[in-house]
Formats: sequence, C-alpha cells, structure tokens
Amino acid sequence: MATMTKRTFTALAASGVLQLARGGADQAYAKDKVKIAFVGPLTGALSPHGIGGRNSAELAVKLMNADPTTKYDYELVVLDDECKPNVGVQVVTKIASDRSIIAAIPHYCSATAIATVDIFNRFKLPMVVWAAVLPEITYARKYPEVHRVSGILIGQNRVGAQFMRERGYRKFVSFVDSTDYGKSMNKYFAQFTLENGNEILGTFAVPPDQQDLSAELTKIKELKPEVIYFGGLTPLGARLRTQMEKLGIVAQFEGNSGIMGDAFIAAVGPELAEGTLTFFDSPPISRMPGGKFFTDNYAAAGYRDPPEAYGPFAYVATRLVLETIEKTGPDRAKVTAALGDVKDRPSIVGPINFDDHGQNITPLTTKYVVQDGKWVVWEDSEYASGKRKLKNLP
Amino acid sequence: MGMIGQHLLNGLMQGTIYGLVAMGFTIFFGVMNVIKFSHGDVLTLGAFGGLVAAWATHALGLPVGIQLIAVFAAAMLLSAVVGAGISHFLIMPLRNAPPLNMLLMTMMVGTLIREAIRLFFPNGTNPQRFPELLPSGGFNLGNVFVRNDGLILMVAGIASIAVVHWIINRTRFGLAMRAVAEDVETARTMGINYARVIPLTFALGSITAGFAGTIYGLYYSEINYGMGLLLAVIGFSAAIVGGLGNIWGAIIGGYLFAGLQTFVVAAIPSMSDYKNVFAFVLVIVLITWRPTGLLAERGSERV
Repeated sequence: MATMTKRTFTALAASGVLQLARGGADQAYAKDKVKIAFVGPLTGALSPHGIGGRNSAELAVKLMNADPTTKYDYELVVLDDECKPNVGVQVVTKIASDRSIIAAIPHYCSATAIATVDIFNRFKLPMVVWAAVLPEITYARKYPEVHRVSGILIGQNRVGAQFMRERGYRKFVSFVDSTDYGKSMNKYFAQFTLENGNEILGTFAVPPDQQDLSAELTKIKELKPEVIYFGGLTPLGARLRTQMEKLGIVAQFEGNSGIMGDAFIAAVGPELAEGTLTFFDSPPISRMPGGKFFTDNYAAAGYRDPPEAYGPFAYVATRLVLETIEKTGPDRAKVTAALGDVKDRPSIVGPINFDDHGQNITPLTTKYVVQDGKWVVWEDSEYASGKRKLKNLP
Repeated sequence: MGMIGQHLLNGLMQGTIYGLVAMGFTIFFGVMNVIKFSHGDVLTLGAFGGLVAAWATHALGLPVGIQLIAVFAAAMLLSAVVGAGISHFLIMPLRNAPPLNMLLMTMMVGTLIREAIRLFFPNGTNPQRFPELLPSGGFNLGNVFVRNDGLILMVAGIASIAVVHWIINRTRFGLAMRAVAEDVETARTMGINYARVIPLTFALGSITAGFAGTIYGLYYSEINYGMGLLLAVIGFSAAIVGGLGNIWGAIIGGYLFAGLQTFVVAAIPSMSDYKNVFAFVLVIVLITWRPTGLLAERGSERV
C-alpha cells in the first residue's frame, strides 16, 4: 500500500472541507420539506376510487412543487385504509402521531371517516375529506380540524327523490349496506321519498361484503317495486345489479355517489349498467371551472388509472391544504385556523366555502344516467329527450 | 312468504355449495382427525385457477363447452395438487404432534394461500369478474323463476356429492379410506398403503373445494381472494351440525344452514343483516343439545 504523502493528505482534507462548505451553502438555499398525508383505499374492492384520488392528490403536489415561487418542497405520504374503519384508525393514528406531517387528505369511505374524525381532533391534525359523504363526519361534532370539500348525501337524496317523483315513479324498495353510510343513505332516501307521497315497499340492509343476495332479491321480486334504490358502494351495487338480472327482476336501478365512477360500469358491464341513475355532487369535470386544466395535467402525468368521480375533489383538497401551508407555514394549529376561514376560495370544482362545521356548501348535485357505457348528465341524455326509456316508467 | 318455492330454490343452491365445502371438512376429519382450516382458501385457489383457465381458453378462441371443461378441470386439478401437497409436506410430518399444532398449521397455510392470491394474482386485491359460461336467463315454474345456470350448477353439485359418496362406498380406494378411518394400525397390517391413501384422501377432499369454488364463480359471476373465509366457517359449522365425519351429516348441515339463512330473510322483515347471527345461534343451540351432531351417532361409520 502506497504511503500517503503529506501533500496528498493536505489536498484531500482541503477538498473535503470545500465539499462540506458547498453542501452547506446548497442547503441554505434548499426549500424546507413539508409532509402531508393522503389516506384512501389503495387495495380492496374500492381501490379504483382510492387510486384515482391518490393520483389526483399526487398531481396537486407535483404541480405545486414545480412552481418556483412556492416556499416549501412538499412530500405526499400515501397510506391505505382499505375502506375498513379499523385499518383507517390505525393509519390515521400513525400519521397523526408523526409531528412531521402537517395536514391530511383522508378517506373515500364514510364508515372509515366517521371512525377517524376523533383522532384528527385529539392529535390536532388538520384535514380535508376528499370523498366521504356521510353528514355526521362534519356535522356530528364541531371539530375545528375537520373539513370536507365533497358534498353530503342529504342533497343527493333530496334531488333523487324529486327527480323520481317527476318521472312518475311511486313504488320503491330500499337496498342499502349496513354501515353508517348505508343507514344514513336509507334515512334520507326514506325521508324525502315519503315526503313526496311515494311508497317504500320494503327496506333491506346487508353487510357490504355479502355475496349471495338471492334471498333478499326474491323478497323484493315478491314486492314488485318500480324502482330499486341502492345506498352503498360499487362492489355491492354491482353485485346487486348483476343478481337482479339473474333473478329476472325488471326494476329501475337508482344509486347515489357510491356507485358514481367508471368502476361501476366496468364491474357490471355496459349492457347491464345501461339506464342506471345516479345523483352526484358535481357536474362532470369537463364543465367545472378548472376541468380542462385538471384533465390535461392528469393526462400529461401519465397515470394509468382514471381519476374516478372524486379525483377532482382529492386534487382540490390537496391544493387547498398546500395553499394554506404556503400562507401560514407548516404549523398544524395555524393551518387548522386558516382552513376554518376559507370562503369563496377558487378551485377547479368552483369556489370553496366552508360553513361553521368545515363543510363545503357549494357542491351542485347533478343527475346522471348510464348511456352506452358512460355516465351522461341527464339533461344531455337520450333518456331526457325521450329517445330511450327508463325501466318501469308509468 | 308468497314465493316459498323461490326461497326454497335459492336455499337449495346455496346449500349445495355449503354442503360441498362441509363434505371436504368431513372427509379430512373422518380419515385423519384433522380439521383443515385452509379448506376455504384451497377453494378460493381452485376458483382462481379456473379463472385463469377461462382466460386462456377464451384467448385461444376455444368453444364455450371446452372453456367450461377447462375451468372445472383446472380448478379441481390445482386444488387436488395443493391438497395432496399440504397433506404430504405438512400434515404427515405432524401426524404424531398434538392436534392443536395441525389446526394452527392449516390456518397458517390458508393465510399464506389467501395473501399469495392477493399479492401475486394480477389485480388480486380486487374482485374478479368470473366469465358467464353457462346459458343465461331462465324460465318460470309457476311463480318460481328457475335460473338456467343455477339449475345446471345445482345438478352438477348434487351429482358431485353422489360421485364422492360412490367413491367412498363403492371403490377399493374408498374401502382403503374407510379402513384407515376406522383403525390406522389394523389397516396397515392388512396391507393398505397408508402413505398413499392419506394424500389421495386430501386430494379428494380438496377436489370438492375446487369444484365448489368454480360453482361459486359461475353462479355469482365474481370471485375474490377473501371469499373462502366465511365459506369455510359456514362449511365447518355445517359439518359440525351434521356430525363431523359423516358425509350425509355434512350435506344435511349445509342445506340446513342455507335454509335457515334464507328463512330469516324471507319470514322476518328487515332481518337481512342478522341472517348469519340467526344461523350461528342455531349452531350453538344444536351443538349444545347434541354435541356429536345430527347424524354422528346413527351413522357409526366415519366417512
């Protein structure tokens, strides 16, 4: 081994000192890293929605980081809640106890969201819900940390009940999942349907993972409803629609935001999905103020999976959190306070206005029908023009 | 209750699937005194094997009939191989260990199979659409709507139960199985190849699981990695109610379980969410009243 000369040693030492000095200088100019968390179902039957939401949140972070004027370098911590309340509680506890995470964009499923709101409050972690629509998430308690950009299911049911009455439907059956979400759907569906003078022939609640629905559907067949109302999420909804057909039940199928998205049509198949009605809290992305901007950037980012119905809301929730951190700095309490003051904040889905419970009060419930394998706004559809007909129209 | 016939038909279809699963449990217990808790996951694996066969034969443009045969063959072959493998590599080495070890081990194997499907099957976390290879539609028999595919599958299920019964009671292999079930040592001294009978018995029990998994996929048009969990619990409960170790007991237990679930929905308003609760309460009552199950005493011969 060659002996190191004094001159070589000095040169190496000098070089090391220079490197250190340069690194330090670079760090002085680097932006501080700020972490925020996204939580949604990335595995399991509802993962198409979770992945669409995750991509959209990631897009918001990417675009923010690409802007040279931002104060911080943002990192999105992504966690899978599997749409299960127990898993949701675990992952939210994990992010809430990590003080380097400043805010969160949580949950597609209402049953998961309602199980975790207390944790956000206990750990003082500000959050903006991107999809779950159960009213109690924002309204059961007045937690300053809890906000939501998506709508609530009351509006969907009110608009849906009115719409069905206008078409002349009178006899309904309610089929819901037995979670808090399904129960709430049933509650408001029943309230508005009965207010309209219509009749609910029967109500069925089943666990969301129940496979065989033949006993319930046989009972439903006996009741001869004109419409089967469904209050649940895509997997059970797809199973219900498929098994309805197999048992020869010809009833109009009516859903809500839980089946909105490409995943329902893919699971059922375009032929069986044809004519399905849904009431969702926003117009199509193409008609939103920033729709073109969002779809162009989503496409440019090269995501393989579609954003699904709530992707734009996940984008908006993330963007809102990032803009707030830019304004207040990465401090949970300051972010919470600033989110509470959001009024008329422009976004790609229109202005965001939080009420005193952190609920965005501007979503616009829109009526949709499946036509040729796509969700089409009712007014634009051939069903509205009379060219095609819904089932069992009186 | 105006559609009693329809409810009965639904119960029969579900009961056939439960009975097939329960029959597997009873075969394992009858011969080896093993409660194989991976049975539901072997069923799931069989169904996924059938799905792959459906994809492959569809891609090759083969006729639907051939696709159907391939689906059943792949499901049953895969289940048989896995079942025999479990017995050869895991059950046999543990045959002298305490029964709890074997129970625990089969549970772990089940979890491994389930997680392997979830992690390694393409898009395995999501429910998979099972192709509809049987004639769709149906016909009315009075006020009962009979699904064509349901009818075919129910007949196939009942036929498979009859075939298993025939194998056990009318073939040399069945005779060897029964001899081993009765007394292992005596059977060995009579020249029965114990080391061959056990894996074959496990293969037979697992074939019924693969068959049930395929029926499940074809009937519901959907399979998922976790579907075997509840089916195994129900199948095991049905086997217990009927009398663990007794084939006819397992079948009766399966139909009883399905009948009760259907009855709860049909007869008691707004009770859909409680149908499993009712069914399991009945299991508890029956086991308390008759710990050996409904047929265990009458059918003294196991398997």
